Amino acid sequence: MSAETGRPAAVALEGIAKKFGQFVALSGVSLAVSAGEFVCFLGPSGCGKTTLLRIIAGLERQNAGSVTMGGRDVSSLPPSRRNYGIVFQSYALFPNLTVARNVAYGLETRKVARAEIERRVDELLALVGLAAHRHKYPAQLSGGEQQRIALARALAPSPALLLLDEPLSALDARVRQSLRHEMRALQRRLGVTTIMVTHDQEEALAMADRIVVMNHGAVEQVGTPVEVYMRPRSPFVARFVGQMNFIEATAGERPGWARLGAVQMRHGAAEPLAAGTPLTLAIRPEEIVVGAATAGVENRLVTRIRAVQFLGPFTRLSLALPDGAPPLECDVAASAFAALGVAEGGELTLSLTPEALRVFSARV
Amino acid sequence: MSDTRPESLSAAIPDRTIRHRVGGEDVVRLVLVAVFAAILYLFVLYPLIHVVWRSLLANDGAFVGLANYRRYFGTPAIAASIGNSLFVSLISMAITVVLAFVYAYGLTRTRMPCRGLFRVVAMLPLFAPSLVQALAFIYVFGNNGIVTRATGFNVGIYGPKGIVAAEVFYCFPHALLILVAALSATDARLYDAARTLGASPLKTFLTVTLPGVKFGLVSACFVVFTLVITDFGAPKAIGGKFSVMATEIYNQVSGQQNFTMGATVSVVLLIPAVLAFLVDRIVQRRQYALVTASSRPLTPRRRPAADWGCFAYCALIAGAIAGLYLAIAVYSLVVRWPYNFTPTLRHYTFATVGGYAPLANSVYVAALTALVGTGLAFGGAYVVEKCRTAWSGLLYLVSVLPVAIPGMVLGLAYIFAFNAPGSVLNALYGTLAILIVSNVVHYFTVGFLTATTALRQMDAEFENVSASLGVPFYRTFWRVTVPMALPSIVGISMYFFLNAMVTLSAVVFLVAPGTELAAVAVLLMDDAGDTAQAAAMSVCIIAIGLAVRLGYWALLRGVSRRTEAWRDPPESTLR
Repeated sequence: MSAETGRPAAVALEGIAKKFGQFVALSGVSLAVSAGEFVCFLGPSGCGKTTLLRIIAGLERQNAGSVTMGGRDVSSLPPSRRNYGIVFQSYALFPNLTVARNVAYGLETRKVARAEIERRVDELLALVGLAAHRHKYPAQLSGGEQQRIALARALAPSPALLLLDEPLSALDARVRQSLRHEMRALQRRLGVTTIMVTHDQEEALAMADRIVVMNHGAVEQVGTPVEVYMRPRSPFVARFVGQMNFIEATAGERPGWARLGAVQMRHGAAEPLAAGTPLTLAIRPEEIVVGAATAGVENRLVTRIRAVQFLGPFTRLSLALPDGAPPLECDVAASAFAALGVAEGGELTLSLTPEALRVFSARV
Repeated sequence: MSDTRPESLSAAIPDRTIRHRVGGEDVVRLVLVAVFAAILYLFVLYPLIHVVWRSLLANDGAFVGLANYRRYFGTPAIAASIGNSLFVSLISMAITVVLAFVYAYGLTRTRMPCRGLFRVVAMLPLFAPSLVQALAFIYVFGNNGIVTRATGFNVGIYGPKGIVAAEVFYCFPHALLILVAALSATDARLYDAARTLGASPLKTFLTVTLPGVKFGLVSACFVVFTLVITDFGAPKAIGGKFSVMATEIYNQVSGQQNFTMGATVSVVLLIPAVLAFLVDRIVQRRQYALVTASSRPLTPRRRPAADWGCFAYCALIAGAIAGLYLAIAVYSLVVRWPYNFTPTLRHYTFATVGGYAPLANSVYVAALTALVGTGLAFGGAYVVEKCRTAWSGLLYLVSVLPVAIPGMVLGLAYIFAFNAPGSVLNALYGTLAILIVSNVVHYFTVGFLTATTALRQMDAEFENVSASLGVPFYRTFWRVTVPMALPSIVGISMYFFLNAMVTLSAVVFLVAPGTELAAVAVLLMDDAGDTAQAAAMSVCIIAIGLAVRLGYWALLRGVSRRTEAWRDPPESTLR
């Protein structure tokens, strides 16, 4: 993206490697983040996403590779000279200082006039909607409010970069959802380049401009939320972001077809493979078409309903495949399920839309 | 990437991390680490090295190898002190821990009346030098003791019996504090489970209560053992001809001017003290957290038999402790115990030791010990915890070492290190400053560990947030770390003050004309036969200790009132 604008990337990582003893935490990660972009590092715990964030922050020192911010190589600079704001999962608000003094903390050492500091504190507290709490102590606020104060404190010195380390993980589900929306809107409004670490795929999908999916210290895929969800580059990404059914099959004689036992199935675009090569087909539960809607659609199968799980807005069906293959999970809107008029143990016709049927070479 | 072998991946990454440019803050950090390391070396390691070295020399300074040790173990009169020390230490340990365990059980697990009073009375011995307990036993059971005269029966208190009795009282509160903490940290759900499973009270006690406090019991045993084997005051006052290692060091050094033999006994005394310390640390490391966030505190149920049984027991012990201190007070306030009980204040003139000067010295030394000790313990803990360097592990180790150094050994080590002609440090010798330094070092470990715990309870990201905001670490230290740790800091300073008031072993070699201390004056007056004045001085020490404790209590209340706005969130806004 930086190439398009001609400006240097807000953050550029080049071959970042980090190990703790013999454990490799990061094995050569390169990445460019454009100015104003909201990027999420997403991955399971231990994948290296937090280590990568801490290396950008200068709180951890990499064994190899460079960190550049706005064209300036900051690899050898201590945290205090890198110009970023950071928000931790634990908030790390100073409990003995009021909300206002917490927000002012980074301004008070910067030879800023007293009145100017107060003006800036007011501005930020208004920005996060907590102006009324200025004289309270952090312990008197709710978790969500504390996290907004931490955000205001990080933004007060107008940093070029905002780092968020699992900022919402300590909050309960409802607060997390509203704060997710609020932080995203705030980031858009301020246009501050932001990198957030999270293990919550829903959070990443909802907030990020681009998601960096990480696993075992390496980047698996970089892309917009839609790209990552719709076109996962690896089975890991497919499994980690959203739900995915995997079906073991072999490449068919005709290109674009796979053989599943006695059944032939047409699948989405893929590299041509020699007939008989093992491969894995993948389809998301909500992409499976069932019942009357299957009329005239390819890849039709008749299956038996093994289990029905009511999950509120939708119903999850577990559908038996022939030849003892693992059952398929299929999500049907609750109203649509009622219209199907089927029950556990009953038969159901399904169709695996070829366009939705992704192919991964080899077994998962 | 997943198919790349981890070993080859790891080998491809260089071992060195990319260095950050050294800034002004880093220089401050390094200077702090260097200063703390220098202090630890100068006042802990360097004197210890001196003691060990001197034990290998003859009195004329010639190197003689292990000859002193051979002479020590080969002279039955001196070697007996090893067996004697172990004997009284083990017996005292067993008695104290058993007595304190039942007492602690009564305080924490029953609903007997007067629990608060019992708790306070049991703490009294913390305010008196160990030798005061011994004096009290002499006043009651000695040749001219009040019980001896009333019954005509002499129990023979001078010797091991008296030492054990005095040590049990002296160590009782130390063991009690540990056991009360251990018995308080429990989960009521375990007891509910035991009850619903139909376990008998005895079975519940054996399978739930005892396993829950086993680490506390072990810790109490080691603390008492170490206190007794390193104690000098009680065996000196009541031991008679029964010599233990601590008194043997004193006899060799003060009595016979045989410094090398003093050093030899010191090194041998270091062994059980250091061993007890090491084993205790290893055992404590295996301790697991019994109390988690979901634990429910135990509220004892009413059990009349247990409640009143424990009440009778605690009343007996508390009565005995209070009785001993009452004996001291009365002894100091009558013309001549036990012959003439006419009240008088004449023993409070302290004519033989120059009036109140020793007491004033003690208060001065204790106050400065509290000030310097707290600063060094907290600053040192901060340096070790927050200024991470390759040295941190070593600094931590040397910081916890002093608790294993017996006071007598530390005092002797300071003579060797700071009474060397030509040394710059010689200027310290014979001053109140060296008394302050030796007290700070003697009691350093507990202060250091308390500060370390307080620092570890704080969010580790405070410093990182500050760095990201461009705020230097020392500013955050003053504005956040210190205010948050204030209750711990107050507690540490109280610990230093009270111990500096009552210690004898660490200072007995270091006092000089003009720098006498109250605890040493008690010893000297008792030695000189001015027992009533010794009692009077003891009363003064205890009174000052209690007054200071009360002052600290008020101070702590003030601190917690000032900080409650941010410390205790109202329930409703907790989440």
